Amino acid sequence: MSIATTLIRPDRAQRKAARDSARVFRQKASPVSTGILIIGAIYCLFPVFWVLMASSKDSSELFSTFTLMPSTHLWDNIIELSQYRDGLFWRWVLNTAIYAGVGALASTWISAICGYVLAKFEFPGKKIVFSILLMGVLVPGVILAIPQYFLLAEVGLTNTMWSVLLPQIISPYGIYLARIYAAASVPTEVIEASRTEGAGELYIFNRIALPMMGPGLVTIFLFQFVAVWNNFMLPYIMLGDDQLFPVTVGLSGLLNQGASAPSMYTLVITGALLSIIPLIIMFLVLQRYWKVDLAAGAVKA
Amino acid sequence: MRTSIRVGALAMATAATLLMSGCSATAGGGDDGPVKLNYWAWAPNLEKVVDIWNEKNPDIQVTVQKQDGGDPAITKLLTAIKAGSGAPDLIQAEYQKIPTLVSSDALADLSEYGADDIEDSFAAGVWDSVTLGSDAIYAIPQDSGPMMFYYRADIFEELGLAVPTTWDEYAEVARAVHAADPAKYLGTFSSNDAGWFTGMAQQAGASWWGIDGEAWSVDIAQTPTETVAGYWGGLVEEGVIDNKPMYTPEWNAGLNNGEQVGWLSAVWAPGVLGGNAADTTGLWKAAPMPQWDVDAPATGNWGGSSTAVTTQSKHQEAATEFATWLNTDEEAVQALVTTSGIYPADAAQAKAVLTAPPEFFSNQPEFYDIAADVAATVSPFTYGPNVNVAYSAYNDEFAKAAEAKTQSAFLAAVEAMQEITTADMKKSGFTVK
Repeated sequence: MSIATTLIRPDRAQRKAARDSARVFRQKASPVSTGILIIGAIYCLFPVFWVLMASSKDSSELFSTFTLMPSTHLWDNIIELSQYRDGLFWRWVLNTAIYAGVGALASTWISAICGYVLAKFEFPGKKIVFSILLMGVLVPGVILAIPQYFLLAEVGLTNTMWSVLLPQIISPYGIYLARIYAAASVPTEVIEASRTEGAGELYIFNRIALPMMGPGLVTIFLFQFVAVWNNFMLPYIMLGDDQLFPVTVGLSGLLNQGASAPSMYTLVITGALLSIIPLIIMFLVLQRYWKVDLAAGAVKA
Repeated sequence: MRTSIRVGALAMATAATLLMSGCSATAGGGDDGPVKLNYWAWAPNLEKVVDIWNEKNPDIQVTVQKQDGGDPAITKLLTAIKAGSGAPDLIQAEYQKIPTLVSSDALADLSEYGADDIEDSFAAGVWDSVTLGSDAIYAIPQDSGPMMFYYRADIFEELGLAVPTTWDEYAEVARAVHAADPAKYLGTFSSNDAGWFTGMAQQAGASWWGIDGEAWSVDIAQTPTETVAGYWGGLVEEGVIDNKPMYTPEWNAGLNNGEQVGWLSAVWAPGVLGGNAADTTGLWKAAPMPQWDVDAPATGNWGGSSTAVTTQSKHQEAATEFATWLNTDEEAVQALVTTSGIYPADAAQAKAVLTAPPEFFSNQPEFYDIAADVAATVSPFTYGPNVNVAYSAYNDEFAKAAEAKTQSAFLAAVEAMQEITTADMKKSGFTVK
């Protein structure tokens, strides 16, 4: 390649470069890839659109009118959902916000400190710890739910908020990501300089390393937040008190009323619609950090 | 560095303890103050009935923790029993779950707390299902679900059809309905609802388990069940009966738009019909089940549940007191009927309370008279300790049969249920004849 380049006469090389850049500049939208992306977008957004339409119907329209035909009962459904068992739905939303918010924050901090230590410190057994961590990444959380139930039952914590928060605070994938971010974004020289100045280790981490890892941590936070928000199996197994349910488990309960009671389809659909709104907001607000981070990662990796 | 991490960990642990104490304050009752009972149940609006009790009994406060209907709550309870903590004080248990719960040592014996006083309030068959024929009382019966036949009176009239009283007539009507409009069916054979099929087999005289001393028998693949399976297999093969599962959006749509002209259901059907097809109010009527033998009318049970006290409860006596009140006190039973929409198991109270028909059947003032007559004809049926296995075998095997749509596949499914259920009991260490 390098030989070929040197063999080309300078003027030709210049012209070629000019042509190349012009080509880049003039690059038109490819109909094929645009088409694929549009199909992908429809595939992802159609169910949301369906939920929006369905949540505007009352229970007799839901099964009898055309699927995508909107109706006028969205507000009635929201009111009915809010009145269900004295506003239990909003309690579930609050619970989910606590589980996802507190869980994701704690998990991000722990991932960050673990990743930072794994990236920047030398200690015996570090390789083993990291290998076990990588194995942890491969184990789906669902299969751990039952063992976790039995462990927490030992200490009498099942059916409390802790039973949902604690297992989700440790995230092997988050630690793994944090290690990569810490290695890439926190220069060892900065840490050494701070030590020379007499800063304590925890101070260095919290005040110097943590802000440097910021964009990466936003990614971890979002990952964890969405994972906890959507988690069903763990709270389903852990909780028996419906005052502690997150939205996912609560809504599923509205569908499983037993044979002798009708499933509350309209309430569940409306609840599903309401429960994705915070996620959408979260993404819109945090996505610019995410973009910065992805670009940074691309250059540094 | 180590110290500072340790300080951090300590801070986390302190925060954890604080949050924990905050949580447990609401979860369990202390030694002083009122006794607090947790009650896992799924009957709609049950908490409103419990509110009446809480108001009258400041010393025993009950909290309803609403569960997913039926199976999930029982599975959760069994897990909590195995784990040694986390079970509620009271649980709504369907009759067919009681043997399973008893064999896992999950239910307290309420006869110690005077529950035998109320034996006379219940029909002998119902009482049997909470005592399992022993001296112990494992639960207080709450509601029962004698099966009835529901049909669209308007469509029957339009087509000039008479209400079927025998299964032969039911088949004729099914053919007539389907012939008049190929989109319409008199009913559906649901391979998802094992409890429904059990009730149908019960009507034909089946009793799937039996106990003789210490030895169990599994009697699924015998004449009554085979007759029922063969009958439905024939109708499905002929194509005059739908074979899609119940409780799906599609089935709900059918109830609304008149494609499902009838429903073999139980006495609690008005609640489901009212919730899923409110626009058809006044168009349905209830009748006794079609019969195999008109001279000996019979029916089965679909659903029906009891209130049980768990072995993990620290307040079993208080819990028994509450469970007794809930299911036999006139005010409580009245509230169960009007706010939870159940059909009470307490026969005397049922008669006193059920005077007006359910709202959905306001066109049929005699609704509860029919129901009472039907309820008196429920055939005896014994449930075994692995009902869950038999039921999931039903779901698996009859799903295949419904796919195949042949009578022989339906009969093979019964055979397979028998084998799977027997094998499981032997594996679990029961003596099986």
